[in-house]
Amino acid sequence: MIGEIDPVIINLTVFVLAIFVGYHVVWNVTPALHTPLMSVTNAISGIILVGAMLAAGPAETDWGVWLGAVAVTLAAINVFGGFLVSQRMLEMFRKKEKKGNA
Amino acid sequence: MSANMVALAYLVASVFFILALKGLSSPESARRGNLFGMVGMAIAVATTLTLTVNWLLILGCIAVGGIIGAIVAQRVQMTAMPELVAFMHSLVGLAAVFIAIAAVNNPVSFGLPEILPAGSKLELFLGTFIGAMTWSGSVIAFLKLSGRMSGTPIVFSGQHMINLMLAIIMIGFGLWFFFSETTNWTAFIAMTAVAFILGFLIIIPIGGADMPVVISMLNSYSGWAAAGIGFSLGNPMLIIAGSLVGSSGAILSYIMCKAMNRPFLSVILGGFGSDSGTVAADDGVQKTYRSGSAEDAAFLMGNADSVIIVPGYGLAVARAQHAVKELAELLYEKGVNVRFAIHPVAGRMPGHMNVLLAEAEIPYEHVLEMEEINSDFSNTDVVLVLGANDVVNPAANVPGSPIYGMPILDAYKARTVMVVKRSMAVGYAGLDNDLFYMDKTMMIFGDAKKVVEHMVKAL
Repeated sequence: MIGEIDPVIINLTVFVLAIFVGYHVVWNVTPALHTPLMSVTNAISGIILVGAMLAAGPAETDWGVWLGAVAVTLAAINVFGGFLVSQRMLEMFRKKEKKGNA
Repeated sequence: MSANMVALAYLVASVFFILALKGLSSPESARRGNLFGMVGMAIAVATTLTLTVNWLLILGCIAVGGIIGAIVAQRVQMTAMPELVAFMHSLVGLAAVFIAIAAVNNPVSFGLPEILPAGSKLELFLGTFIGAMTWSGSVIAFLKLSGRMSGTPIVFSGQHMINLMLAIIMIGFGLWFFFSETTNWTAFIAMTAVAFILGFLIIIPIGGADMPVVISMLNSYSGWAAAGIGFSLGNPMLIIAGSLVGSSGAILSYIMCKAMNRPFLSVILGGFGSDSGTVAADDGVQKTYRSGSAEDAAFLMGNADSVIIVPGYGLAVARAQHAVKELAELLYEKGVNVRFAIHPVAGRMPGHMNVLLAEAEIPYEHVLEMEEINSDFSNTDVVLVLGANDVVNPAANVPGSPIYGMPILDAYKARTVMVVKRSMAVGYAGLDNDLFYMDKTMMIFGDAKKVVEHMVKAL
């Protein structure tokens, strides 16, 4: 039976369920961390890197490959920039214990 | 690697992405969450590398992009986070367009049939136009946020008609592409070009203080663009990651709109009160206000039991966060209970103020959200408003006011209110703020940073 289903339907199933997961997970994010949330999701949307790698992947080199290579570079900026800036911000949200003021 | 192994590795990566977002539910677990995100991305990239031939080229490009990204992440000022985020959205959008063009050019390298089936064409169409609009919209948002372009809304008559017509033209080209037997480059390129223009036009009428909504919306778009590419390539991991980002951005847009009590559509269609003309024309009565010096303010705060500081965009502009931290430290030493009250739309992006205060090492336990602190204003001695305006305007409680119904910080309930502002100019909503004319209010004019530094000296 599963073999008869159009892959688009299966993708649609994944899509709808992922939106539900996203909905529930994101509502639990504390408002204080909304800026890091944006930079982390920025990094995650850099997952498009995977598509860019496939575009740059084939052996016969034509202009599509070069376009893919540019896309890989752009997406990599996003992935590295997004995760590293999130890390930098989240370091700032560490509990400060050394100061004993009232 | 077999196709099944690849799919399983992608599943593992997807789970890591979900855990990354889950980690952000508290500051303690957030760093681990970010780490999970990185692990997920590493798995995804390593797995995909086994499917490609040109991996030297790919690794080279990743290295170049990675170095650029790392440098940007290291150097960016915390006050410039909104620009950085807009910039990164634009990259995702552009990458999505490039990938879609490459897929139309050589479908086989993506595991698609030589002649694109109708379904794939539709998916490529969706991925491309969302990506193109994300790119151009984000570029405008970036220019506005970084001050390279004026933040005032650009409106002209017939704007919505033009946008609507362009949207129809774009869909028309999309249909032409869709129904062509062979690869119809003309239709595809025309459709992409129109989508680029549409992205520009949609963002230019949106003004500065609506940026939190715009930036969340573009965040959402960049996710949907990734999901769209995921559909085209039949890659569930891209669909999952894209949907997570898409729904995250959508929720943030919703929260921001709710905090301004404005329907999403009215923000997107642009211009605050653009239909009611200028509100600034007053009834002619000269209202009086009391102004004071930073030293007076410092004296009052030093003798108070409790102080609530309300930061706004003015704090970010003046980069006053470190000066504010010094002020708070001095007041703590005097035994004053100092807390910070954050309105959800304070600043130019969700959570903007929290990051600035965290950068200045103000403990996050002292930084409270609107709902947590609003009932405490009435028994607070002094409220210090730093570069905020509309979010403390009691006009929000007056029926008939343009901002009626917007949730505000109840600063007007405190015993004494001090407002640090550059001038008596109106805020983004173009409204006069009655808070400034109350008997218990003292206006202190000047740049937020300089004023706070004076206060620190006086203490």
